[in-house]
Amino acid sequence: MGPSTRGCASMSDWMAWAGLRRKPLGLLGGVLLLAMIALAVLADRVAPYDYDEVDIFSRLKPSSGTHWLGTDNLGRDLLSRVIHGARVSMAVGFGGVALGLLGAMAVGLVSGYFGGRLDMAVQRFVDAFMCFPLLLVALTIMALLGPGLANVILTLGLVLGVRDSRVIRSAVLSVKENLYVEAARGLGAAHWGVILRHILPNIFAPIIILATVNIGAVILIEAALSFLGFGVPPPRPSWGGMLSGAGLVHMLRAPWLALWPGVALSLAVFGANMLGDALRDVLDPRLRGT
Amino acid sequence: MIRYALKRLLLVVPTLVLVSLFVFGIIRAIPGDVVDMMLEQFQYGKDAAELRAKLGLDRPLLEQYLVWVKRLLAGDLGQSLWTNRPAAQDIAARFPVTVTLSLLSILISLLVALPVGILAALRQDTAGDYTARSFAIGALSIPNFWLATLIVVLPSFYFNWAPPIGNFVALGQDPLGSLAQFVLPAICLGITQAGVILRMTRGMMLEVLRQDYVRTAWAKGLGSRVVVLRHALRNAMIPIVTVIGGQMPFYVGGSIVMEHIFGLPGLGSFVLEAISRRDYPVIQAVNLFVALLVILSNLLVDVSYGALDPRVRQHE
Repeated sequence: MGPSTRGCASMSDWMAWAGLRRKPLGLLGGVLLLAMIALAVLADRVAPYDYDEVDIFSRLKPSSGTHWLGTDNLGRDLLSRVIHGARVSMAVGFGGVALGLLGAMAVGLVSGYFGGRLDMAVQRFVDAFMCFPLLLVALTIMALLGPGLANVILTLGLVLGVRDSRVIRSAVLSVKENLYVEAARGLGAAHWGVILRHILPNIFAPIIILATVNIGAVILIEAALSFLGFGVPPPRPSWGGMLSGAGLVHMLRAPWLALWPGVALSLAVFGANMLGDALRDVLDPRLRGT
Repeated sequence: MIRYALKRLLLVVPTLVLVSLFVFGIIRAIPGDVVDMMLEQFQYGKDAAELRAKLGLDRPLLEQYLVWVKRLLAGDLGQSLWTNRPAAQDIAARFPVTVTLSLLSILISLLVALPVGILAALRQDTAGDYTARSFAIGALSIPNFWLATLIVVLPSFYFNWAPPIGNFVALGQDPLGSLAQFVLPAICLGITQAGVILRMTRGMMLEVLRQDYVRTAWAKGLGSRVVVLRHALRNAMIPIVTVIGGQMPFYVGGSIVMEHIFGLPGLGSFVLEAISRRDYPVIQAVNLFVALLVILSNLLVDVSYGALDPRVRQHE
């Protein structure tokens, strides 16, 4: 990577940081998200019990000194299960977004840069895909693949990747009109060189914004899939799965079962949304001041 | 205007073909071991060959597609493996439930989002504005299925009151009693979307209120109601209408969850049952139906966009 592009990336890093300091809610979102990542990584050490440690003598107990958030219908410690739930959400959140962005970048860069018939064909494909509601597509693909963490990541990566490719494409379309792109081509630079050196570094802002906003979206869809019973199967605790209708009978007797997984889920999504919002304000000059 | 509408209509054709190919692909994408599993768990046929024939997989690919499209055009969306009923029949019976839920949700979203969004824009950076914006972000972050679960669980635990679930009453039987069953799920579904529309309304109003013609309207001494509602809101509404129209997939997707929780026999619970029974012809039929619905609503939005904003027509 040439010196000019490196300067550009660090410039936007710096702007993001300087701008974020003036966005207390965005910072709070970032801190929340970091805390969730820390919980996910350190779950084994932080959680007071194993997430699947059954204790049939203390079933459906309310919060107490030994079980801070109470226990579930098998006497498993709810706090430990909520902490371990962060693992699933963060794995799906970051895994799904990374996979989706990689796909979106590949499709969006090629479609936007080369344009013409290829772009036309790819965009009709995206159009058709967007006619299906996100949750319905995700459910249908999960019905074909079967439940499981890896399949959820794959499905959400695919679903969001197709959508995001359109955002990346429109960013590419505006960047490729710049004179320096024409100059690079005129000097005989190969297409791939132009894409990697001149286009990619300049669409960094939308990529960052997409990534953060999508983390919240992906976490929510995973939770909805698991809630409906087609996401991450038990006994692995997923926040959506813990809220699932299968446990409704127990929730009616022990409402804390319905409360805490949802609180954790909302906090994670709130964090990602706030951070994404603040980053959008900071990195997208068109929106500044509104 | 008619030329513009016709142009839009023509653009739909390639989308329709691709959508049909996607839906056609669903059954073809079933892994081989799943066919065995379908036989074992649900007895959808005597052996794999019979089931494959039922799914229409026993002929050359192009022929399969043409036969399938021909049947679609005749209104045949395929047959359920589980009930052996035509999928179109069940979809027709369940569609009104999903439409009622979606329309009520949109109504609730608008009733909350429009007034609050306008007020927040008029009183920018005041405590009220911050409250409205926090509400919007909160609405976006709280999963609607969690909200619904809490509505079912908490009152029943603390007040011994539970919302009506099960024993669905159809709209035709008892209109008011039937609508009452939709209120809670519609609130849960509408609140999330209210967050999106509120932010959009506030943003658009802020932009429009700064424009010269609005300043002129104030300067002329017009009342604030006329300036805000007639001059500003009208122009701010154009993108808002597009956003609402474009959210059609969201409402249908959200109704899957809400119908599941509140026991409403709509399209959402229908497709969910089909998925858990691996009833692929039904999954296929619902996907196709919903996609057609979305295409239709997008078309309507596009055309109404052209009707609302003369600039759109002229640019085309």
